[in-house]
Amino acid sequence: MSLQVMTYIAVGLSFLLYLGIAFWSRAKSTSDFYVAGASVGPVVNGMATAADWMSAASFISMAGMISNMGYGGSVFLMGWTGGFVLLAMLLAPYLRKFGKFTVSQFIRDRFYSKTAAAVAVLCLLVASITYIIGQMTGVGVAFSRFLGVSNDVGIYIGMAIVFAYAVFGGMKGITYTQVAQYCVMSIAYIIPAIFIAFYLTGNPIPQLGLGSNLRGENIALLTRLDQVVTDLGFKEYTTSLPGSTLNMVLFTLTLMIGTAGLPHVIMRFFTVPNVAAARRSAGWTLVFIAVLYTTAPAVGAMAKYNLHTTVTPGIEQNMSVFEPEASLVGEERPDWMRRWEKTGLLQWEDKNKDGRIQYYNDASSDQQFLTRAAEAGWQGNELMVNADIIVLANPEIAMLPFWVIALVAAGGIAAALSTAAGLLMAISSAVSHDLIKGIFAPKISEKSELLTGKISMAVSIVVAGWLGLNPPGFAAGTVALAFGIAASSLFPALMMGIFFVKMNKEGVIAGMLSGLTVTLFYVFAHKGIFFIQGTQFTQLIGGPNSFFGITPEAIGAVGAFVNFAVAFIVQRFTKNPPEHIQALVESVRSPRGAKTVDGAH
Amino acid sequence: MAKKKRSYWSTTLRLLGIVLAIWAGVSLGLSIILAPLLNHIQLGGYPLGFWFAQQGSIFTFIVLIFVYAILMGRIDRRYDVHEKSEKKSNRKRG
Repeated sequence: MSLQVMTYIAVGLSFLLYLGIAFWSRAKSTSDFYVAGASVGPVVNGMATAADWMSAASFISMAGMISNMGYGGSVFLMGWTGGFVLLAMLLAPYLRKFGKFTVSQFIRDRFYSKTAAAVAVLCLLVASITYIIGQMTGVGVAFSRFLGVSNDVGIYIGMAIVFAYAVFGGMKGITYTQVAQYCVMSIAYIIPAIFIAFYLTGNPIPQLGLGSNLRGENIALLTRLDQVVTDLGFKEYTTSLPGSTLNMVLFTLTLMIGTAGLPHVIMRFFTVPNVAAARRSAGWTLVFIAVLYTTAPAVGAMAKYNLHTTVTPGIEQNMSVFEPEASLVGEERPDWMRRWEKTGLLQWEDKNKDGRIQYYNDASSDQQFLTRAAEAGWQGNELMVNADIIVLANPEIAMLPFWVIALVAAGGIAAALSTAAGLLMAISSAVSHDLIKGIFAPKISEKSELLTGKISMAVSIVVAGWLGLNPPGFAAGTVALAFGIAASSLFPALMMGIFFVKMNKEGVIAGMLSGLTVTLFYVFAHKGIFFIQGTQFTQLIGGPNSFFGITPEAIGAVGAFVNFAVAFIVQRFTKNPPEHIQALVESVRSPRGAKTVDGAH
Repeated sequence: MAKKKRSYWSTTLRLLGIVLAIWAGVSLGLSIILAPLLNHIQLGGYPLGFWFAQQGSIFTFIVLIFVYAILMGRIDRRYDVHEKSEKKSNRKRG
C-alpha cells in the first residue's frame, strides 16, 4: 500500500472516531455546552485539558525548536509545564469554588465592575484569536503535506471539521473528543521516538535513551552531539543560551505565568465536580502533557544527530568535517529530502559548486572555524531546514515504515483541531455569555444565548480560517504576544482577586491596563505596531532588547510585575472594596459548599 | 470562627510558600542559574543541569501538584472545611 493511501486511512479513521464521539455526547443545556455539566472526573478532564493545551505548536514545532536551540529550548519545556503548578495552587480550586462559567465573570463579580470585566474580555479575545490563527495555519501545513491537497483546501477541510464538532457538541462533546485526540496524538508522537531511540542507543525509552551511550560506542549521545555541532561551528548543544541567563529566567517565567493565565486552559477546571477534583485534575493534566514533553527533548536531539550524520556522513567515520569526502554528494541525497524540498521547507543550494552538501554554521563566532571552512573551499551554508518539519520528517529521516508516518499525520491534525476547538469555546463563551448576556442584553433566554454562542463560534472559525489563508506575516510573533497578554493582564488580576481581600476595582483595572501597556509597547517596538512591517520603533527605546537585554518574548514577566506594583499603589490611595465583596473572597477560599457551576448573574 | 478561618488561611499560605519555593528553586535555580555548575556532574549520559532543564523540572512539577493536592486535602479536613461528597467517595474507595 502506498504512503498516500495509508495516510488517508489513518486520518479518515481518526475523523470518524471524533465525529462519532461528538454526536454521542452532544450538548443539551447551557451547562452541558459551557462546562460539560460540571461532571467530568479529574483523570478524564486532565487528559482532555492536555489535548486542549498541546497545540500544533507543541506537536509540530516544539521538538524542532529544541533541536535548533539545544539547551535554550528548555524555556518551552519548563514554561509550558511549570504554569500548571501555578494554576493548580493559585487559581483552579478557587475559581471552581466561585462556580461560574467564565473567567471574566469572576473578574466582574469580584471587582464589582463591568469595566474590569470588559477589559478582561478584551484581553481574553485578543489572546485566544491570535492563538487560533496559528492552529489554522498548522492544520493547513499538516493537511497539505500528508493528504496531497493544497494548503487552502487543507484549511477549508479543517474549518469544516472544527465547526461540526465544536458547534454541535459544545464543551461536553469537545471534552470526550479531546480524550480520543490525546490518545491519537501521544501514540503518534511516541512510537517514532521509541524506534529512533532504540536504533541510536539500544534503549527504547526515549527519556533514558537521550542519556545513554550511542549503540556500540563508549560515548554518550549528548557528548557526541556536542562534539558534532561544535565541529560544524554551532554552539554546544547542551549549554547554548538564548541571550543572557536573566533573559532565559524571564522568558521561562513569562511562559509559566502566561500558561496559568490563558482563559481556554483555566476554563477546563470549571468542568470538574468539586474543588478537590480541580486540584488533582491539574496534576493529571501535567502527567499527560509530560508524556509528550519529556519525549520531545529526545526527539529534538536525536533528529539533530540523525540530520548531521545524514548530511555529513564523515562524522560517523571520525573523519575531519573539512575533508571533501565528509560531506554528502548532492545527487545521492535521500528521498525524504527530495519530498520536503517540494514544500519549500527544506532547500539545498550548491554554493561552491562541488556537488556536495555543506551544512554548517556560516555565522559562527569561532574565527578559527570560519578560516578553516574558507580554506576547505566552503562558500556558505548550503542547506536550509525549517524547524517545523523536524517532527513530521523525523520518521522519514530514520526510515521508519509508512504506517508510522501516516500515524504522525493523524496526530498532528488531532493536535491542531483539539486546541482550535478549545479556543473556540473560550471565544464563544466570552462573546455570548460575558458580552451579550453579561453586559448588553442581560434578559436573553438560555436558548438564544446558546444560539449566540454557536454563531460567534461560526464567525470566529471564518475569521481564523481567513487569517490562516492570508497569514498576515505575524503568526510566529502573535503566539509570544498571547502569552505576554495573559501573563501581564489576566493572571495577576485573578490572583489578586483571590489572595488580597482588600484589592479593589480601581487597583485591578489600573494594574491590568498598565501591565498590558508595558508588554504591548515593548513587543510593538520590536515587531511593529500591530505587527505592521515598518512601524518598529526600537530606536525610541534605545535599540533592540535595550531593557536589560530582554527579548520581546520575555517581557510578559516584567509586565506582570508592573501590573502587581501599580495595583497595590492605586489600592492604597482608593477605598476598600465593599463588605459583601470581602465576604465573597472569604467564601471562595473555603472549599465546602462548592455548587454546580452555573451562569446566573 | 474568624480565628479558625485565619488559621486555615495562614496554614494554606505556608504550604503554598513551600511548594512555590521548590517550584522556583528547581526550574529557575537548578535548571537555569546553577546549570553551568551542575553540568560538571553527569547523570548517566546527561549533564545534570541540562537534565534538570529538560526532564527533572517537569517530573518535579508533577510531584509538587499531587503532594500539594494531598496536603491541602488534609488541611481541609483538619479545619473541617472539606467537601462532604468528596469525603464519602474517599471512604468508598479506601
